[in-house]
Amino acid sequence: MNAALPKIEAQALFRYVLRLGDLSLVLGQRLGEWVGHSPALEEDLGVANLALDLIGQARLLLTYAGEVEGRGRDEDKLAYLREQGAYYNAILAEQPNGDFGQTIVRQVLIDAFQLELYERMTDSLDERLAAIAAKSVKEVRYHLRYSSGWLVRLGDGTDESHARVQSALELLWPYTVELFAEDDLDRMMADSGIAPRLSEVHAAWVQRINAILAEATLKVPTDRPHAWHGKRGQHSEHLGYILAEMQYLQRAYPDARW
Amino acid sequence: MSSVILSVDERVALAWNALSTVEDPEIPAVSILDLGLIRFVTARPNGDLQVGLSPTYVGCPATEVIRGSVKDALKNAALGGFQVTTVLSPAWTSDWITAAGRQKLHAYGIVPPERSVANMREVLRGDRPVACPRCHSVETETLSEFGSTPCKALHRCRACLEPFEYFKCI
Repeated sequence: MNAALPKIEAQALFRYVLRLGDLSLVLGQRLGEWVGHSPALEEDLGVANLALDLIGQARLLLTYAGEVEGRGRDEDKLAYLREQGAYYNAILAEQPNGDFGQTIVRQVLIDAFQLELYERMTDSLDERLAAIAAKSVKEVRYHLRYSSGWLVRLGDGTDESHARVQSALELLWPYTVELFAEDDLDRMMADSGIAPRLSEVHAAWVQRINAILAEATLKVPTDRPHAWHGKRGQHSEHLGYILAEMQYLQRAYPDARW
Repeated sequence: MSSVILSVDERVALAWNALSTVEDPEIPAVSILDLGLIRFVTARPNGDLQVGLSPTYVGCPATEVIRGSVKDALKNAALGGFQVTTVLSPAWTSDWITAAGRQKLHAYGIVPPERSVANMREVLRGDRPVACPRCHSVETETLSEFGSTPCKALHRCRACLEPFEYFKCI
């Protein structure tokens, strides 16, 4: 199917594609919690639309992961019937929404990551991932425009809004380290020309984030070591609650369709 | 009539005709051809028609409906076997909306998208003025980056005070 693609283990590619798909799925599910509770109708539409795009991207990625695995699992089986330890998203995505400012901070950090990642993945040797990246990058670019617009307004807003987003940034910043921490799987994907080097993605992300934070009059927190490994299936307590809600129906009524 | 054997070219042309009748379920003023969603119609070696369909946004619920309508239109046109393939790359862009499609959107009260700009800074930061579809004033403001469907944003005219929708430029 991909003539130029070097031979790599299907299981490795499967796990890597799930990392990408799970990040979108879990973040999309988190954003969905805002529906009906946002500070204004426009923001309700905004976060719902971000969630919709992210879940659309997750569908493409999970479908592909299921095909790579070759055991007959489709997007629904992968989303609804996997346990927490078989989810491979970086744990930043599963962190609670907090106030609207905290949600926006999390969104900016992940939007900028996805933008830099997908821009570089459009020339992946894996044609399917290249196509998904080409489609997703346009949506992600629009997401960052929305989230960074809000971060600038809140950061450069009142004393209260400034203090709140600065403290959300301090809270969430340590989790960004995991996004760029290259492990064996990331290295294998980069060596095979399937994914960009995370060090390159990181350098571009730092530049972009610094510019947004400067405009928002926010201080860049200092990097600290992290002890989380969501990319390997070790999650914070939050993911279990997200999955409990998301998977309830399929667990209670297996194979229910509508 | 049904016994007439059509050439490949005729079947492809008739398929395009049939597809031109498929409306967008959210914006019935435009067809899916106006929006540039059909990327190709070809005939496979076994004679089946192959239709390439691009989604506007990957999570857009209308995509499934459109897929169903495309299949119905091709079935009703009785052109033989066919497959509908999803085309993700090159990714759909609002630049593919045809000139006729832009006019129809405007007449329907939705401002068609700007041609996309290569300059990232302009895409990310610069809000270009969008003219009100009713009074044509450029004294307008963005109410929401997102609207009633994934493809639209919400604006308001400061001159005539009416809200209006803008088809997002991606």
